[in-house]
Amino acid sequence: MTDPTTAAPGTPGTPDAPGTPAAPGTPDERGHLDALRSRLAGSAAEAGVLDVAWTAVDSPVGRLLLAATEVGLVRVAFEGEGHDSVLDRLAATVSPRVLRAPARLDVVARELDEYFDGRRRSFDLPLDRRLSRSFQLAVLEHLPEIPYGATASYAAVAAAAGSPRAVRAVGTACATNPLPLVVPCHRVVRSDGTAGSYRGGPRAKALLIDLEATS
Amino acid sequence: MERFDRVVEQHGLTVLRVCRSVLPPADADDAWSETFLAALVAWPALPEDTDVEAWLVTVARRKAIDVRRGQARRALPVETLPEPPAPRAFDEVIARDDELLGAVRDLPHRQRVAVVGHHLAGLSHREVADATGVSHDAARRAASDGVAALRRALGPSPAPTVSERRASAPASPPPRPGGTP
Repeated sequence: MTDPTTAAPGTPGTPDAPGTPAAPGTPDERGHLDALRSRLAGSAAEAGVLDVAWTAVDSPVGRLLLAATEVGLVRVAFEGEGHDSVLDRLAATVSPRVLRAPARLDVVARELDEYFDGRRRSFDLPLDRRLSRSFQLAVLEHLPEIPYGATASYAAVAAAAGSPRAVRAVGTACATNPLPLVVPCHRVVRSDGTAGSYRGGPRAKALLIDLEATS
Repeated sequence: MERFDRVVEQHGLTVLRVCRSVLPPADADDAWSETFLAALVAWPALPEDTDVEAWLVTVARRKAIDVRRGQARRALPVETLPEPPAPRAFDEVIARDDELLGAVRDLPHRQRVAVVGHHLAGLSHREVADATGVSHDAARRAASDGVAALRRALGPSPAPTVSERRASAPASPPPRPGGTP
């Protein structure tokens, strides 16, 4: 653990606020700025100029970054991916109009809570698929067909996507799924039964398979 | 282009202190919010080499003046001459009018920067010129060409927000015979 009081300005982020330097100013000013930032997020959304809203939530697979455009959920990222660099890439590829704005992610956070509690088997959320290109999109769109609690092999998914020989490409498509958990790439495993690679790491993948098998 | 949440993080305190230096706390909050909302709208069009803090401080000073002027208007005694309704702040119009915002986004880069900087962020043509590294005349011309392009893009039938403001204009054409709305 690092001691936040010794962090120099510009030190990249606590999990709570990725990439934000230790803010200067008195505690009073900092608290006040937090309130002003929330108000800004609200008025920016209302004005239609909040292109990427994000928040971070705790989960059994670690802290998750959730980001949504006006279209829908655009990115779910695990802590190991570096929330700060994920947000930087969103700013570069989607829009630099990025603000922390938990309100747009309220429903996503609630559905994820229900999922981790074993009370939800599928997600009912508007998704923004712009980070996936043709083949990956074709693969990922088949994944919700794998029932909750079941798994499918990379080869089976390749066949379902109409490219039975593209097993390796399916592996890549799943390993770089921009919407893990919500688009269930964790249900795709190797033909020999081992888990295969996962953005959130092998332990997270095993935890999810186990959660679904026992809920 | 820097993420806007970082811009707020890095410069929020400076802007708050600028606003508080000229306004009481609640009004300072309004000016702070107006400043960052205008900056957020302008952000994708802002040239990479802009001195962001100087630009924000300039916008904040303008917004603080707007807030104070707004109070002066409200403080007028009722027996003074009736004033026409205050024009809506350009950023309020732009923020609520998707059609206009879309047209602004479609402007060529130079015009968009000039229109957003001058009409939205409230900078003078000189300040837009300094911030973007063009001449004063070029900034003025780009803003004027941009507004003309917006008028053309938004067509002869005025958008609702525009018609609202034109409703009381003396030059409005007479209603057609038959009185269709």
